[in-house]
Amino acid sequence: MADERRVDEVTGTETTGHNWDGIEELDTPMPRWWLYTLYALIIWGVIYLFMYPAIPIGSLSTGGLLGWTSRGAVAEDIAEAKVARAVFTDQIAEKSIPDVMSDADLSRFARAGGAATFRSFCSQCHGGAGAGRPGGYPNLQDDDWLWGGSVDDIHFTIANGVRNEESPDARFSQMPAFGSDGILDNEQVAQVVEYVLAISDQEHDAELAKPGAEVYAENCAACHGETGTGDQEQGAPNLTDAIWLFGGDREAVTETVRYSRAGVMPAWSYNGYLTDYEVKMVAIYVHSLGGGTQ
Amino acid sequence: MASEQPPALFSAREPVFPRRVSGAFRTAKWWIMAVTLGIYYVTPWLRWDRGPHLPDQAVLMDLANRRFYFFWIEIWPQEFYYVAGLLIMAGLGLFLFTSALGRVWCGYACPQTVWVDLYILVERWIEGDRNARVRLLKQDWNADKIRKRVMKWLAWLFIAMATGGAWVFYFADAPTLLVDLVTFNAPFVAYTTVAILTATTFVLGGFLREQVCNYMCPWPRIQAAMLDPLSLVVTYREWRGEPRGKHRKREGAEELGDCIDCNACVVVCPQGIDIRDGQQMECITCALCIDACNDVMDKVGKPRGLIAYATLVDEAAAAKGEGHPPVWKRVVRLRTLLYFVLWSSIGVAMSVSLFLRSDVDVTVERDRNPVFVTLSDGWIRNGYTMKAQNKTADPQEFILTFRATGPFAMEIQDVGSRRFTVDADSSRTLRIFITGAPDPFRAERTEFEFWLQNANSRNRAVYETVFIGPEPTEQ
Repeated sequence: MADERRVDEVTGTETTGHNWDGIEELDTPMPRWWLYTLYALIIWGVIYLFMYPAIPIGSLSTGGLLGWTSRGAVAEDIAEAKVARAVFTDQIAEKSIPDVMSDADLSRFARAGGAATFRSFCSQCHGGAGAGRPGGYPNLQDDDWLWGGSVDDIHFTIANGVRNEESPDARFSQMPAFGSDGILDNEQVAQVVEYVLAISDQEHDAELAKPGAEVYAENCAACHGETGTGDQEQGAPNLTDAIWLFGGDREAVTETVRYSRAGVMPAWSYNGYLTDYEVKMVAIYVHSLGGGTQ
Repeated sequence: MASEQPPALFSAREPVFPRRVSGAFRTAKWWIMAVTLGIYYVTPWLRWDRGPHLPDQAVLMDLANRRFYFFWIEIWPQEFYYVAGLLIMAGLGLFLFTSALGRVWCGYACPQTVWVDLYILVERWIEGDRNARVRLLKQDWNADKIRKRVMKWLAWLFIAMATGGAWVFYFADAPTLLVDLVTFNAPFVAYTTVAILTATTFVLGGFLREQVCNYMCPWPRIQAAMLDPLSLVVTYREWRGEPRGKHRKREGAEELGDCIDCNACVVVCPQGIDIRDGQQMECITCALCIDACNDVMDKVGKPRGLIAYATLVDEAAAAKGEGHPPVWKRVVRLRTLLYFVLWSSIGVAMSVSLFLRSDVDVTVERDRNPVFVTLSDGWIRNGYTMKAQNKTADPQEFILTFRATGPFAMEIQDVGSRRFTVDADSSRTLRIFITGAPDPFRAERTEFEFWLQNANSRNRAVYETVFIGPEPTEQ
């Protein structure tokens, strides 16, 4: 690669002096408007430098005369979105839940908004789509409800929570720990477990289940009902169906009878967790998941 | 001849003053300009009745509602492959025309060429022909020069605004938008678009002109790879013209070729080049030099065609005095036929599939979280999100059914029956719950088909999916 510039005879243009195996490069001048475009961009760059955050200083940077920040821009966007949503959210806040659900637009908005709120605040325990998790986090898609599956019941549960001290109206119930508190001895526990397996149509020991029925009637029927179908007023689960919050096999039921189990849930209307319309939207969303009752 | 001073790194544009010319190609270019500009400006104003529920604009890109209307054709976003197909056809079309007729797109149909042609026409009306314009450039500023320049720029600006203005009419109802634009009620983006396109038309058409082709456009470079010695190009018949000379009555004039060195081909060129220098990237093959030269040849009593559309191979043969096949054989050859077959088969395939399109479509998305739900009575439930699409111009009643082996029950949320209506030209999303009886023998996956039928037209669409339950406990 030589560095000798020369004038090319054919074009009359000077070469750059670069030479690759006889192939040379012409130093054709750029068009002038191109140069002016470059100058204009330099001027723009200087203006930008003063108008917007530009030079980093440690963990900060120069602020810029316009006072623009990316965080501020996001906050503005969010505020704008809130204003845009207010058309719906104001109505949802004012109207009763049945009125919201009977309005096609409002109910569509409530379901979508409820789903978004659910994913932010509820999915940690109940899963992203409300399918729950084993070990005490109820599946909200099925038709089995501890505290009632009507939209008003669901709304009340979300607003006040379960077994918390945040709301005076929190859903509350406490199953005795029949084994560890010495109410039932080991034999009685085994008997009543077999009875529970029997009424839920599972494999069981009929010999043990027979005395278990008596144990059940004396100790359990007050809450879980004579036939074991539960009581949603007290949050007592239905023991005859196919759905078990803490597991329905012999081992799991035995542990539940012996030590008792219960979950807790925050009161979302309290402590500024969620606004009224958000609680309503989540209730409508959960009710729409497929298990909601009238 | 090494220069004393270092050469300038940047060079000013050398102004080009194309002279008026008349002839067959110029006439063709006037017609093409009229037709292409006519299509561009008039199309948004054409009406096409689609019934009470749909817009009546013949060509409309309705971005807000995600619909593209082209006369009797309506494209939904998921049918965007038609647009992709059109773009492929446009690309192949360029290949086809380039290999058949050279840079015919650049010379006749490119918007840059058409609008520059229009701008030069306006320039000539206001400032006069080439010589007057050269004089005007060189003279000092006075009232006359100011008047002419201002008039020209205003006329250009008017054309530019009409151009930018026409563009936005393709994206909204044109009559409504026009009223909105002039009463300052149009959306901000409409004004921005008009402003940007006005500016680009004004600057690219009025001032940058041939620089757009030479510096900005990638197409001349790509075309260089597509042209070969058999491509049709505008070429100067050197073997006939050289040696060129003005003075025909001088001694030794019989040695001279046909070129009388009148410069007519140079002064009419909108790209500012001399075609006699041979093939150049700057040449857009607008053929105005052919018109100019033919005119001169007629006047001096020589045969036409000193500058002509020809191929380099044929010219080399002609220079040696050999014959060559007629031009049409250069146009119709294997390469162009191949491009044509490709191009037209895409067109035919798209047309056929357009006509075979159904006006009903269904898509079903199965819930994956959870895969299935066990209900309190032991039944297994799967959730699906169904989109029913009504592609007709009227509201339609649809019937949803399913086909699967085994006892299943279906519930459509919010509907309560199998029948529901979908608004004109829209889709409706519904939640479907399928419950299957507890069955210890049922396989984990059951084939499941959803059938959506238009209750009136009986047109149907099917979507195949599965029903998933727990693993079978019995074999």
